[in-house]
Amino acid sequence: MTTTDPRPAGFVDNDHKPLGHGRMHRKEDPRFVRGRGRYVDDVQLPGMLHLAILRSPLAHARIVSIDTSAAAAHPKVKAVVTGTDLAAQGLAWMPTLSNDVQAVLATDKVRFQGQEVAFVVAEDRYSARDALELIEVEYEPLPPVIDVRTALADGAPVIRDDLEGKTDNHCFDWETGDQAATDAVFERAEVVVSQDIVYPRSHPAPMETCGSVADFDRVEGRLTLWSTTQAPHAHRTLYALVAGLPEHKIRVISPDLGGGFGNKVPIYPGYVCSVVASIVTGKPVKWMEDRSENLMSTGFARDYVMRGEIAATREGKILAIRTNVLADHGAFNGTAAPVKYPAGFFGVFTGSYDLEAAYCSMTAVYTNKAPGGVAYACSFRITEAVYLVERIVDCLAQELDMDPAELRLRNFIRPEQFPYRSKTGWVYDSGEYETAMRLAMDMAGYEDLRREQAEKRERGELMGIGVAFFTEAVGAGPRKDMDILGLGMNDGCELRVHPTGKAVVRLSVQSQGQGHETTFAQIVAEEIGIPPDDIDVVHGDTDNTPFGLGTYGSRSTPVSGAAAALVARKVRDKARIIASGMLEVSVADLEWEKGSFHVTGDPSKSVTIQQIAMAAHGAGDLPEGLEGALEAQICYNPVNLTYPFGAYICVVDVDPGTAVVKVRRFVAVDDCGTRINPMIIEGQVHGGLTDGVGMALMEMIAFDAEGNCLGGSLMDYLIPTSLEVPDWETGHTVTPSPHHPIGAKGIGESATVGSPPAIVNAVVDALRPFGVRHADMPLTPSRVWDAMRGAATPPI
Amino acid sequence: MQVTMTVNGEPVTREVEGRLLLVHFLRDHLGLTGTHWGCDTSNCGTCVVWLDGEPVKSCTVLAAMAGGHEVRTVEDLERDGQLDPVQRGFIACHGLQCGFCTPGMMMTARALLDRNPDPSEPEIREAISGQICRCTGYATIVRSVRWAAAVERGDVVEAAAVAEDATGPDVEPAAEPAAAGGAQ
Repeated sequence: MTTTDPRPAGFVDNDHKPLGHGRMHRKEDPRFVRGRGRYVDDVQLPGMLHLAILRSPLAHARIVSIDTSAAAAHPKVKAVVTGTDLAAQGLAWMPTLSNDVQAVLATDKVRFQGQEVAFVVAEDRYSARDALELIEVEYEPLPPVIDVRTALADGAPVIRDDLEGKTDNHCFDWETGDQAATDAVFERAEVVVSQDIVYPRSHPAPMETCGSVADFDRVEGRLTLWSTTQAPHAHRTLYALVAGLPEHKIRVISPDLGGGFGNKVPIYPGYVCSVVASIVTGKPVKWMEDRSENLMSTGFARDYVMRGEIAATREGKILAIRTNVLADHGAFNGTAAPVKYPAGFFGVFTGSYDLEAAYCSMTAVYTNKAPGGVAYACSFRITEAVYLVERIVDCLAQELDMDPAELRLRNFIRPEQFPYRSKTGWVYDSGEYETAMRLAMDMAGYEDLRREQAEKRERGELMGIGVAFFTEAVGAGPRKDMDILGLGMNDGCELRVHPTGKAVVRLSVQSQGQGHETTFAQIVAEEIGIPPDDIDVVHGDTDNTPFGLGTYGSRSTPVSGAAAALVARKVRDKARIIASGMLEVSVADLEWEKGSFHVTGDPSKSVTIQQIAMAAHGAGDLPEGLEGALEAQICYNPVNLTYPFGAYICVVDVDPGTAVVKVRRFVAVDDCGTRINPMIIEGQVHGGLTDGVGMALMEMIAFDAEGNCLGGSLMDYLIPTSLEVPDWETGHTVTPSPHHPIGAKGIGESATVGSPPAIVNAVVDALRPFGVRHADMPLTPSRVWDAMRGAATPPI
Repeated sequence: MQVTMTVNGEPVTREVEGRLLLVHFLRDHLGLTGTHWGCDTSNCGTCVVWLDGEPVKSCTVLAAMAGGHEVRTVEDLERDGQLDPVQRGFIACHGLQCGFCTPGMMMTARALLDRNPDPSEPEIREAISGQICRCTGYATIVRSVRWAAAVERGDVVEAAAVAEDATGPDVEPAAEPAAAGGAQ
C-alpha cells in the first residue's frame, strides 16, 4: 500500500500527528481477537425461547386461510401467532421510517416473497423451525408487479389496496432544481448527451444478520430489547409510540454489531414479533434471522432507473445536468431518510462541478419486492447521485473525445468558490478538488497508464482506466431541516471525569465496526489531555447514554464527534475555573497546554487535569458558584452537513475471450477533513472500495417475472472475496470543515459512493474498441460479453 | 444421541439431536460464542473451526460427526495468557473492524502458518478465499497474516515493515500489540 502525503501549503498536517494519538491500535480489538465480542445471538438468558417466522413463498397473493393447529400442538411450541392475532391488539401494522405503514404480519395479502406471515415460539431454534412446516396457509395468487417500468401502467394490479382510496402503485413524486432554467440551458447548448443508467437493487448483507432478544418483565412492565440496531434511541422512541409501552420502561441494547451498512437502521417485523412473543409468553425470546431471510426481506439498497442528460460547450465546459428517475421502493416505503428528503440526498447529483443549472424529477412506485431503499453505505442515496453524474460526465468525455480526467479538472468547483451553493441548494462547506485529483493521477501514474493502454489496444488487449470524483453531503443534520419521524437529527454526548482523572464518555451513536471506542476516546483525549486509554466509551445502551439518532449516513463523526469535542471543551472550561482556585490566579491568567493549566509566564505553577479532577470531587471549597464534580452533557445540532470528497482511479483488464473483468489497481485519494485515526480511516476506505467492486461487478438482487428473489443466498448473491479485489492504494488530502469543531468530515461511506463509477468507467473505457458508451452494473462476464457484442441490456 | 469429543483440549460429552450442527453445539451447548454463524450455505466462513487440525466450516459439520475428534476454536488461540501471533497481527495491522468474520479468519490463518511459515500474498488470499469479510477489503487481513508469519520466523524487520504499512511510523509506543493484547 502506498500512502502519499502531498502536504500542499496551507493544509493542516494531521496525519503524522493527527489529534496527538493518530494511528493508535483499536481499544475494541482485544475482545474481538479472543472471540469475546458480544453480539445479539450470543445473548443467552435463563428460560429463553426461540422465535421463527413463516414467510410468504409468493410475491403477491391474498391470504385465504391460515391453519396453525398442528404447529400449536407441537410439544415444544409455546405460541403461534398470525396477523389476525396481532390485528386484535392493533399491532398488525407498524409505521415505517418514511411515514408509510408496513405489515408486521400479513393479514389481508402478502406483497413480496419473504414477507412475514406468522411466527412460532418454541423451546429451541430447531423446534421453532420444525413447527413452521406445520402451518398451513392457503393463498390465492395475484398477478405481481415486478418491472418498475410498468408499475404505473393502466390496469396494473394495485399492491397497496390497504391504503384508503389507492387505485395505482404510485408512491411519491419529487423534484429539485430549476426546470425552466435547466431546459433553457439545454436548448442553447452545443453538445447534449443523454444516457439511460440503472443502479440495480443490491443488499448490504452484513456478516451478522438481523435479530433480537426481547425480555419483558410483567411485574415491572419493563422491556429490555437486545437488538441489531444502528439507532438504539430512535428505535426505543418508536417502540414507545407504536406499542404504547412507556418509554422509560424500554431499554434498547445494541451490543457489538457484526456490520450494519444501513441494513440495521429500520425496525423490522421480526423485532416487533420478538417483543410481542415475550409479552405473550412471559419469557425472554430470541429471534435471529437466517441469511436468506436477511437477503429477501430486510432493507435493500438502490434500485433507481435513471436517465441522465448533460449539456456542455464543445470546449468541454459543463453547463447543466438534467435527470429523471424512476425509483423502485418495493411493497412498503421503508426508506430511512430525513422526512423532507424522500429521495435522500440525491439532490447532490450535480456532483463536484460548477454548473449553470440543474433539475431532477423523480417518481417512486410500489412493486412486489421487499421494502427498504436507503442502505448499503449509500449516504442517503448519494451513491446513486454520484454514479449518475460520474457516468454521464464520462459519456460526455467520450462524445467530446476528451480525456475524462481533463474534463473533470476543467469543471471543478474552485477553492475560492467555497462555501459553494449548488444549483439544487446544497451548501458545500470546503474543498480542494484539483489538488486531490492531481494527487490521484500522480499516484496512479496516469499518463503512463494511458500510454500502456494505447500499446495494449494495438495488440488487441482490453485495458481500461476509470476516473471518478465524488463529493458527499454527510452528517445529518440541522434540526430545522432534518428529522426522522419528527425526531430531530441531533446527538447527545456526556463526559464524566472521575476523581482519579479517568473518564467515561457516553455516545448516542452506535459502532458497527467503525471503531468508535477508539476514535471517540481520541477526540476527547485531544480536548482534555487525558490519555485515550484512560477514557472509556459507552454506547449502544439507551439506559446508559444520552439521546441521539444513531450511526448511519456517515453521521457519527460529523455530528456525534462534534458533540464529543464540545462536551470535552465544556468540561475543560469548568476545569479552568477550578484550576484558577487551585493556583489562586484569575482564569484569564491561565494557559492550557494539553493535559494541564499553568500560570501565564510561569509554567512551574501548573495543575494537571487529573489533579483538577480530584479537586473537583475533593474536600474544601471550590471557586464561588461552582458545583462539585467534573462532568458535562450536551446535545449537538450541526449548522450544516460536511462535504468529504475524493478522486478515484481504477485500472481493469478485461479478458477478450471470457469477458471476465479483473480490477488490477485502485487508487483512492480521500479528503475527510481533519483525520482522527488514519489507520481506521484507511480501513473504512478499503471496505467501501470492496463494496464498490461488489456492486460494479457482482452483486444484484434480481427477480424473475413471478417475483421470486434470485439473490436469496450467498450462493446467488455474490460478495467479493480476497481473490476479487486488489491491494488498495490510498492517499489523502486534508481540507478541514470550517463549521465542525475539529474540522472533521464523515468517511464511512465515501468509498462505497465513489468506487462503483470508477470501476464501471474503467470497464467501459476498456470496451471502447467495441464502441461501447455505457453498460449497466453488475458487469458480470455475461453482461460484459453482451456489451462487447453491442447487445447490452439494462439489468431489469 | 450422546456425543463425546475434545474441544480446546477438554473432553466434553453431551446429549444432542442427531441433526445438530457443530456450530450450534459449540455456541448454544458449550457457550463458545466466539465461533459465529453467518449463512446457511457454507459461503461466508464465519463459523470456521479446526477439526483434527484442519479448518472446517462448522455449519456444514454435524456435532455427531465431530464425535471422537478434536475441535479447536478461537477461544483456544490464546495460550497461557499470551495471544497467538495471528491475534497480535490482526490488532497490529487493523485486520478487523466489526470482528464478526475475525475468529474464522484467524483460525484459517493459524492453519496456513502451521504448514507454510512464509506464505506469499497470493497464498494468503487463496487460503482465506472461502471466507467473506464485509468490512476490511482484505488487504489488512493479508497484512495481519504476513505480520504474524514474520514474527514467528523472527524476522523483526519484515514485521516492522508490514506494521508500518498499516499503522504508519507514528504509532504510539504504548500501543504495542502484545501490550494492547494483555490490557484486558
